[in-house]
Amino acid sequence: MRQGVQRLPRASGLLAGALALGLAFLYLPIVSLVVFSFNASRLVTVWDAAHSPTLRWYVELLHNAQILQAARLSVLIASMNACGAVVLGTFAGFALTRLGGFRGRALLAALTTAPLVMPEIITGLSLLLLFIALQQLLGWPARRDATTITLAHISFSVSYVAIIVQARLAGFDRSLEEAALDLGATPVRVFRRITLPLIAPALLSGWLLSFTLSWDDVVISQFVAGPGSSTLPMVIFSKVRLGVSPDVNALATLLITLVAAGVIGSTLWLQRRDRRRIRELQQAQAQGA
Amino acid sequence: MSAQTPHAPHAPQVPQVPQVPPARASRALVAGVPMLWLSVFFLIPLVIVLKISLSEARLAMPPYTPLVEWVRGQGASLHAHLDNYRLLFSDPLYADSLLYSLRVAAGSTVCCLLLGYPMALAIARAVPERRHLLLMAIILPFWTSFLLRVYAWIGLLQDDGVINHVLLALHLTHRPLRMVNTTFAVYLGIVYSYLPFMVLPLYANLEKHDAALLEAAADLGARPWQRFRRITLPLSVPGIIAGVLLVFIPAVGEFVIPSLLGPASQLMIGRVISTEFFENRDWPVASALALLLLALLLAPILILQRYRGRELSA
Repeated sequence: MRQGVQRLPRASGLLAGALALGLAFLYLPIVSLVVFSFNASRLVTVWDAAHSPTLRWYVELLHNAQILQAARLSVLIASMNACGAVVLGTFAGFALTRLGGFRGRALLAALTTAPLVMPEIITGLSLLLLFIALQQLLGWPARRDATTITLAHISFSVSYVAIIVQARLAGFDRSLEEAALDLGATPVRVFRRITLPLIAPALLSGWLLSFTLSWDDVVISQFVAGPGSSTLPMVIFSKVRLGVSPDVNALATLLITLVAAGVIGSTLWLQRRDRRRIRELQQAQAQGA
Repeated sequence: MSAQTPHAPHAPQVPQVPQVPPARASRALVAGVPMLWLSVFFLIPLVIVLKISLSEARLAMPPYTPLVEWVRGQGASLHAHLDNYRLLFSDPLYADSLLYSLRVAAGSTVCCLLLGYPMALAIARAVPERRHLLLMAIILPFWTSFLLRVYAWIGLLQDDGVINHVLLALHLTHRPLRMVNTTFAVYLGIVYSYLPFMVLPLYANLEKHDAALLEAAADLGARPWQRFRRITLPLSVPGIIAGVLLVFIPAVGEFVIPSLLGPASQLMIGRVISTEFFENRDWPVASALALLLLALLLAPILILQRYRGRELSA
């Protein structure tokens, strides 16, 4: 174990410079997206100093029915996906950490991790072929729409949730649950009062990650979507294939602001929650002593 | 722990009989539901791809011949063709695009490593209070739309884009450089998009290194570069392997980046599969190509799985 007093040597100027360069590389394109969203010129890359900054593209965006409808569809799919993936992923996480050895454990472990490394193009192709085969065999799904996209998204999001829940359950003090059971709590009560609050951060990050994965996906959606069910990334993809377009910059700026606020907010919330928990624990120990 | 739903009614507040281990039924439910789901939506689809890759294309819906045909009175007859696979090896188009994809993925993985390693090391050696912030700075772009971040590069790389304006203003070039729709842009896009996947596993490894080793080496007179080469680098090999695989595997099958930034003349394998499927409507060849890609990636995928398994159990 690392000793508390000893610290790894501090970063040299060279390393710090490399880090600064890398971060600039990561953020430069994002900054340029935001800046040019306020540019009056339709040529996204030429700054029209006479008429900028302007909110013109934001106004146009709000009147773009196609994008608004696609955004609504994407929110719907991403939320349904996140809820489904959290439930199934939690089941899988529990099965892999809590049930010990059972028949088919190796298969379940392989099935949970394999989608993480499967190239998207293969996932998309194989799911489309599955839906077509099901349609021929059972007549369901009758057409490809939001339902098939959601099912496809759940099938790869489950793995991410399972990994997160597994990691949380692995570093988890079971004595609390055992104590509660000894004190006569029913398993349901133990789950609600102890297990669930302890794994709640994992469920939240699993939900958010699943939402983002679905909200971002274009390759798999393109395979399993039908006519009239274009998600937001699909609309953006077909738009930007034809070249840059300033209203996409405005859309990007809105999304980036939203995501940044969400990620920073939830991180702060989790940190505060952990700090409070530690304080409570210390107080309890102080009272007990 | 049993898998009963958290919304079950409150249990009566009476002394309970001692709890038995989770009942068989709930155990079966917890393991069975995800198993069934993943079988239907992951395993069976791959079997269907295999089946279609062995059939023949035809002009019908579905556009392939059945693998097993039931003929009245004669039972089942199997019609498996290997023609699709033969085509993949005889037509240089497929080999070309596969090799190109592997080359681009390998090259951008190396660039990611060269850029990501010093970044991860710098974060691991930063003051502890600042590490959290720096890590968040690395992860944050990952949460914002991948598609939009790739799109941003079109604006930067265009002939009349920001980078060319800067280069012209600095007199580094007299004519705008052609950057968008080139292999260079694909490299750039992949390195940009997958950099966090390299930095995070490297950081996770570097952060755990024992400072005492480096101190001892310094006491014995090792110079910084020697300490890095003899201690830090060898200890970080697992992190390097994880980062390299996490970038390389998805990069080979990458579809969005080459579609937006890449040349139209040279297609990566992901686009070839998509073209065969949607434009040529040759489902059997598209399926065979998908399986060939999977076969090529199987070794790196298995190494990554084993590595992950060790990480989880550690």
